[in-house]
Amino acid sequence: MVNEQVKEKYVKIFLYFTASFSILVLIAIMFFIAIKGMGMLTVEFLTTAPYRFEYGGIYPQIIGTLYLTGVCMVFAGPIGILAGIYLSEYAPVNIITKILRFFVESLAGVPSIVIGLFGLAFLVYYMHFQISLFSGGLALGFMILPWTVRASEEAIRAVPFSYREASLALGASKWQTIKEVVAKAAAPGIVTGLLLGLGKAIGETAVVLLTAGSGLESFLPRSIFEPVASLPVYLYMIATQGHTSEAYNRAYGAALVLLGIFLVINVFASLLRNYYIKKHRVRFG
Amino acid sequence: MSNQTRIETRNLNLRFGSAVVLKNLNMSIKSNFVTAIMGPSGCGKSTLIRTFNRLNDLIPECHIEGEVILNGMNIFDKKVDVVELRKRVGMVFQKPNPFPKSIYDNVAYGPKMHGMAHGKKLDTIVEKSLKDAALWAEVKDRLRDSALSLSGGQQQRLCIARTLSVQPEVILLDEPCSALDPAATAKIESLMVQLKKNYTVIVVTHNMQQAARVSDYTAFLYLGELMEYGEAEQVFKNPSNKLTEDFITGRFG
Repeated sequence: MVNEQVKEKYVKIFLYFTASFSILVLIAIMFFIAIKGMGMLTVEFLTTAPYRFEYGGIYPQIIGTLYLTGVCMVFAGPIGILAGIYLSEYAPVNIITKILRFFVESLAGVPSIVIGLFGLAFLVYYMHFQISLFSGGLALGFMILPWTVRASEEAIRAVPFSYREASLALGASKWQTIKEVVAKAAAPGIVTGLLLGLGKAIGETAVVLLTAGSGLESFLPRSIFEPVASLPVYLYMIATQGHTSEAYNRAYGAALVLLGIFLVINVFASLLRNYYIKKHRVRFG
Repeated sequence: MSNQTRIETRNLNLRFGSAVVLKNLNMSIKSNFVTAIMGPSGCGKSTLIRTFNRLNDLIPECHIEGEVILNGMNIFDKKVDVVELRKRVGMVFQKPNPFPKSIYDNVAYGPKMHGMAHGKKLDTIVEKSLKDAALWAEVKDRLRDSALSLSGGQQQRLCIARTLSVQPEVILLDEPCSALDPAATAKIESLMVQLKKNYTVIVVTHNMQQAARVSDYTAFLYLGELMEYGEAEQVFKNPSNKLTEDFITGRFG
């Protein structure tokens, strides 16, 4: 019979390696992209438009990505926050609420290519929004809506009941209480949730590929109903169709920029979350 | 000092689902006095004062029968606006619960919500409320600091100031000192005594020494029933009920 203590030791070592492996994968990806893409990071690459697969920079792609996530957040942010308020403050505990919540959560599991196809059929063709910034942003919004709803609901739920009680006892109405006390106390949590949703939207390829543009556009859209370039689609296009080392280098450069934007958002979101947790633990010391 | 009844309960019964919490309560509470409601944990004393501002409305399973009369009006009447009622009957809670806002904004919150004042007039209300809550001297130079930076005792006085800001008639205090140290407790107790000049003060406590120190009228609640109610001196020196005597002499509680 194997000694239990020895077994314990081996299990621990084994678990340690599995945990290390998942971190290693992340480090490997970042290292690989950084080394390959670093050489591309010139002012010219960041500030000029692409020309075919092998020439030019990624300026319209960077700005286009920011535009797309902007439209996406303008749509998914307010709806997510208001739906979160409804679910945490107003929704009765019944079967309808349960079904509603089930649908919101199911939406989170729908593959993004399917959402992209829906965007193409409904927004682009049926609603005649064209392949455009508007269609792409809205479709991205559909994709991250479950996350913004969920994050808002949880942040609002986490606000201590004593705040609500204090406000109601002063004669404030329920909506005043939510607007002035609960939502404000939950704001950092809500913003953190929105930022994490934003991180998902920025890297999304399939949805944007079908609704926003071909990725290689060399101009910025002049209106919200024109096609828009984006980093993920650009990357996909030149990586699959470029076939030259110049094209591949540009793909790595775009990947590095994308990774950079993503990291900045995630670091910012987690700093904000830590600040939020710290602030709310300092009570009655 | 007027000697009129401010709040009167008539055959008040309350249950949460099937759990009966208050049994046929009849008591009248006088204006401009401190009335203490004491009793062991779970006797229903907090639930009782939470009926006075209808905060129990927040609990879906709560069923109330009987009447609570405030200045001649039944507060359960359909015509009564709960928002208006809660403005008239303020409440301070067991644990200090200032909003995560500045000291100033905590006190200004109520008047703002009721559209009572803004600008200079709001400043005046904030200052007066903080003075009446004996906190002004300690915070007048840091009104923009977070309320959460105050000590527990200061936070509780801030909550009292916040309650005073909407000029209520009645102030309910639900074990306001249970989370505080003795020095902070003494300040809150002397404040309660001062407040009765302008307000009707009702304080819930499981601490019978506190009831003896601050109250003019004292009620003893046990398992949802009013065992004893009368002038404080009478209740403490010569209780009519054996259970009250046992509670006062510390045999349980």
